[in-house]
Amino acid sequence: MTTKPILTVKDLSVTFPDNNGGLDALGTLSFDIHPREFICFLGPSGSGKTTLLRALAGLIQPTSGSVNFMHHHQPKIGMVFQQSNLMPWRTVMENIQISLELDGAGEIKAQNKAREMIKLMGLKGFENSFPRDLSGGMAQRVAIARALIHDPDLLLLDEPFASLDALTRERMWTELSNIWQEKKKTVVMVTHSINESLFLADRVMVLTKRPGKIKLDVEVDLPRPRVDDIRYTSHFGKLAKKLRAAIE
Amino acid sequence: MIRRNSGADSIVWIEEGTSTTPYGICVDSRPENVRRFRGFLWIYSTRLTSGPLSVFTPRSFTYAEAFLFANQMKPKTLQSLSRWLGLLSILLAIPLWALVVQVSGLPKFILPSPADVWTRFLKALEDGSLLYHTGITLAEILLGLLAGVTFATIVGYLLAKSRPLEIALSPYLVASQAIPIVAIAPLLVIWLGDGILSKVVICALIVFFPVLVNTVVGVRAVPPALYDLMRSLRASRWQILFKLELPASLPVLLGGLRIGATLSVIGAIVGELVDAEQGLGFLLQLGDFQYDTSMVFVAVFMLIALALSLYGVVTLLERKFLKWQK
Ligand SMILES: Nc1ncnc2c1ncn2[C@@H]1O[C@H](COP(=O)(O)OP(=O)(O)OP(=O)(O)O)[C@@H](O)[C@H]1O
Ligand SMILES: [Mg+2]
Repeated sequence: MTTKPILTVKDLSVTFPDNNGGLDALGTLSFDIHPREFICFLGPSGSGKTTLLRALAGLIQPTSGSVNFMHHHQPKIGMVFQQSNLMPWRTVMENIQISLELDGAGEIKAQNKAREMIKLMGLKGFENSFPRDLSGGMAQRVAIARALIHDPDLLLLDEPFASLDALTRERMWTELSNIWQEKKKTVVMVTHSINESLFLADRVMVLTKRPGKIKLDVEVDLPRPRVDDIRYTSHFGKLAKKLRAAIE
Repeated sequence: MIRRNSGADSIVWIEEGTSTTPYGICVDSRPENVRRFRGFLWIYSTRLTSGPLSVFTPRSFTYAEAFLFANQMKPKTLQSLSRWLGLLSILLAIPLWALVVQVSGLPKFILPSPADVWTRFLKALEDGSLLYHTGITLAEILLGLLAGVTFATIVGYLLAKSRPLEIALSPYLVASQAIPIVAIAPLLVIWLGDGILSKVVICALIVFFPVLVNTVVGVRAVPPALYDLMRSLRASRWQILFKLELPASLPVLLGGLRIGATLSVIGAIVGELVDAEQGLGFLLQLGDFQYDTSMVFVAVFMLIALALSLYGVVTLLERKFLKWQK
């Protein structure tokens, strides 16, 4: 790519304090992310994928190295956590609106946008439900809506579709793919699914076992828009095989 | 055979041969309420029929049958019924009390009868003294509660956020709890005078600790993942306080307020009993000195009413703000 990177990660490592000298969760790793790029991270459990996203979001300080954004300005972030992480005291509507609310958007505008998201995510009829009444998959869709509603520059997704059933998951792939194409967002997504990463990403990086380093970095040069059938092409198969071999 | 009325109402009928008797109102069809249904049935049935009681003795009537014939429940009906039961038990206690007075033959200044207390109550109501003194005590309670809760939530929040502060302050806090409030109440009255201020302070002190503890517990229990969410959205300190920490800890905070509200009534009375010219505690003592035991009873009942109302207000707050729970 020729554009300037929106995000530069340099020699990043994260060590969590513990009783014997610290737990190395991540690193050292370096990579660039370009605007509008869709990146997937694959890796075994405990390889530091969540830790990496948290470092990108500025939720934890790197132990060494740096995470730098273009022009040194903090981008607007939409984050979907591994668990849906909804506020139990807010209804579905109110949960989705929180991002706008914190930005100081007007109530009417927030409500209209939230309604739009509810429709998009297939949550109609549950506007006024509380999270305790939602299934895991529905809760996760609320979380995705919440991450998208304020039009973030950078989307950080931590296994967002893990709790969805296969059918909904594949619908969400298409949905996310469309949103990404339409709004041209930069997306960093963590997943366990090779199919998912190949269906969505421009680039897939595979992390090693803890502490996570980049083991493989592949361009996914499959044509877009990617339709279901793409999975049965030989190129898809070749890429999948390569990724499979890299994941321990 | 038991049969539900075919109409929309919820009366259960018993068919015996050719005669049909209304058995009672069945309140719920949900399994967890069928059990209650049996318990309540009797009460309802007495209202509906005028036959001899034997009609209502437990029959070959199973839960399953009750379930089959039960109408869909309106939880409100059940609620009002259980409220009614509470009232009933109080209403039953009064004749019992009257009976004890009658049988024991104790003089009025030792154990007044319900009628005596009622008369005294009306008299105190009429001459305005009761409302005046209740008002004073209520003011002490509310001001003390306000001061105690405000102070305790602020200190509690700071303690929850700062370990060093907690370590530095906790010896004092624990020590302060070792001293019973009755021991320092006289001191406070000496220092602050026998007016309303000393009672407000005693109230605030007694409310302080439980509210503080609940604040610390509540704020510490805010899920860390939600902090992550707020920080990923670049929320400010104030936004985190009002949009995350406050609502997330509200259940525990209201639990503290519930305890505090009850304790504050005790605080005000302790203060008034030490020395006061007004308030229900004063009335209590006055009644005591003048062998006006009926007056003492009236004051005690007013205190109970105050405590119950405060408790009720907290319950209403919980119902309003904690809809999302359960
Ligand atoms: N806040 C923390 N304090 C201490 N250790 C942590 C913390 N967060 C993560 N770790 C440790 O860092 C390592 C990497 O965790 P991380 O959650 O990033 O893995 P992951 O790749 O997301 O795993 P999974 O696929 O199971 O979600 C783990 O060994 C974990 O125990
Ligand atoms: Mg993870």
